[in-house]
Amino acid sequence: MENNVYHLQYAMDTFYFLMCGALVMWMAAGFAMLEAGLVRTKNTAEILTKNVALYAISCIMYLIIGYDIMYGGSMFLNGLVVGDGYVDETLKAFAEQADFTGGSIYSGASDFFFQVVFVATAMSIVSGAVAERMKLWAFLLFAVFMTAFIYPMEGSWTWNGADVFGLYNLGDLGFSDFAGSGIVHMAGASAALAGVLLLGARKGKYGKNGEVKAIPGANLPLATLGTFILWMGWFGFNGGSVLKLGDIANANAVAMVFLNTNAAAAGGAVAALIVARILYGKADLTMLLNGALAGLVAITAEPSTPTPLLATLFGAAGGVLVVFSILTLDKMRIDDPVGAISVHGVVGFLGLMLVPLTNGDVSFSGQLIGAATIFGWVFGTSLVVWLVIKMIMGIRVSEEEEYEGVDLAECGLEAYPEFTNK
Amino acid sequence: MKLVTAIVKPFKLDDVREALSDIGIHGMTVTEVKGFGRQKGHTELYRGAEYVVDFLPKVKIEIAVASEVLDQVIEAIRSAAHTGKIGDGKIFVSAVEQTIRIRTSESGKEAL
Repeated sequence: MENNVYHLQYAMDTFYFLMCGALVMWMAAGFAMLEAGLVRTKNTAEILTKNVALYAISCIMYLIIGYDIMYGGSMFLNGLVVGDGYVDETLKAFAEQADFTGGSIYSGASDFFFQVVFVATAMSIVSGAVAERMKLWAFLLFAVFMTAFIYPMEGSWTWNGADVFGLYNLGDLGFSDFAGSGIVHMAGASAALAGVLLLGARKGKYGKNGEVKAIPGANLPLATLGTFILWMGWFGFNGGSVLKLGDIANANAVAMVFLNTNAAAAGGAVAALIVARILYGKADLTMLLNGALAGLVAITAEPSTPTPLLATLFGAAGGVLVVFSILTLDKMRIDDPVGAISVHGVVGFLGLMLVPLTNGDVSFSGQLIGAATIFGWVFGTSLVVWLVIKMIMGIRVSEEEEYEGVDLAECGLEAYPEFTNK
Repeated sequence: MKLVTAIVKPFKLDDVREALSDIGIHGMTVTEVKGFGRQKGHTELYRGAEYVVDFLPKVKIEIAVASEVLDQVIEAIRSAAHTGKIGDGKIFVSAVEQTIRIRTSESGKEAL
């Protein structure tokens, strides 16, 4: 009888991991729609191509080497092929736990699947920031390095608890990042920042006297759809990071995480809407969308310990911060067409620093050291990779191509073709 | 009174508008159009099939002006829209028979 319960628990935890992984995969659609909605028509097909391609590249590179670097999973994942003796070993491991409340046990393949979709999320953050002026293939080349090496390295120091180049251990120093405000979001934004600094702003974005010119997105319905898709996918992102479902305590934790994730998004959305109304007298939809996402990023480092009301407030803090961050980056002439660096980087850092407020095992100093480590590593190595790519093939399209639109230059087709002869 | 119709490259619209504003012309009508003169089109590829698109995006600006300022207007548009590359566009001038302001029923030059 007990064996049957163990089988069920294993199956449940595996199923949960897989479904959460599928939800996070769905976030790729969210990013694609959000970015497609916020760029101009002449650049839409290219950004969609980037989004689909980077997802595929992330999956392949993480499979080939990234997972091995991050978790020591075997090269080419040979270890995922399970033999007949596997079931007996697993049942034995459960029996040693003696009850159902130990660490989760699930299929290694489901672990890989859950991890790989996070890599794709981190990489996807970069595509929005460099939109409308970066060479497609330069970006995809960078994606290869980011997903094979840069992200897995900092992932190994954080979620895998390895020493940072043998010098110090972030877990021992009191660092914790539940679902990746820092490890995924701030890391993606760091790589994006390095790229944007080397790339430069879009032509016509900043005037000679420091004026910021609006370059409106072409399809706000798509941007909104993308935001809601991301919101829903985030339930998998944070929910799955509980890593286990099969006992009462964990089921409660999962429910709390879903609830808090939703609350934070709501808080972020409302806060950003109000700030935009106060600053500009108008309800800026794009700020509202960024606000909801900021709320989600803010709670991602610790969605299980805050009360729901506190989670809402944390989200609201993210929503307020993101609006000011977007304005500040523009004042600094750092052109980020979708606000990725603000939503994921600035608020990702906020998310990390909020953790000690509700989790006593985590220290502010630990979070700071962790944030500095992640940012330093990702920004530094990304800068090097971008520079090398820039020297080999250039990272920016020509002025002519930028005016015509990268859809024609890179993809040879239009996202919204009009005026065809047929 | 003359109607000045200018076909220019889309990214030149702001420059032309500023240049006209500098000489005191504040009203205009703008349409997005596609067209070609000597500028070659693009060959696009859709799922393996090539097709030629001759029509390139342009912007058509129409301004009704008094005959006295016509030369200034033409020169302002021409220099603002100029890039030196093929596809810069053209300016056409036609005569306007009547102009009426809808709000006040003024007509003639006062309505410009």
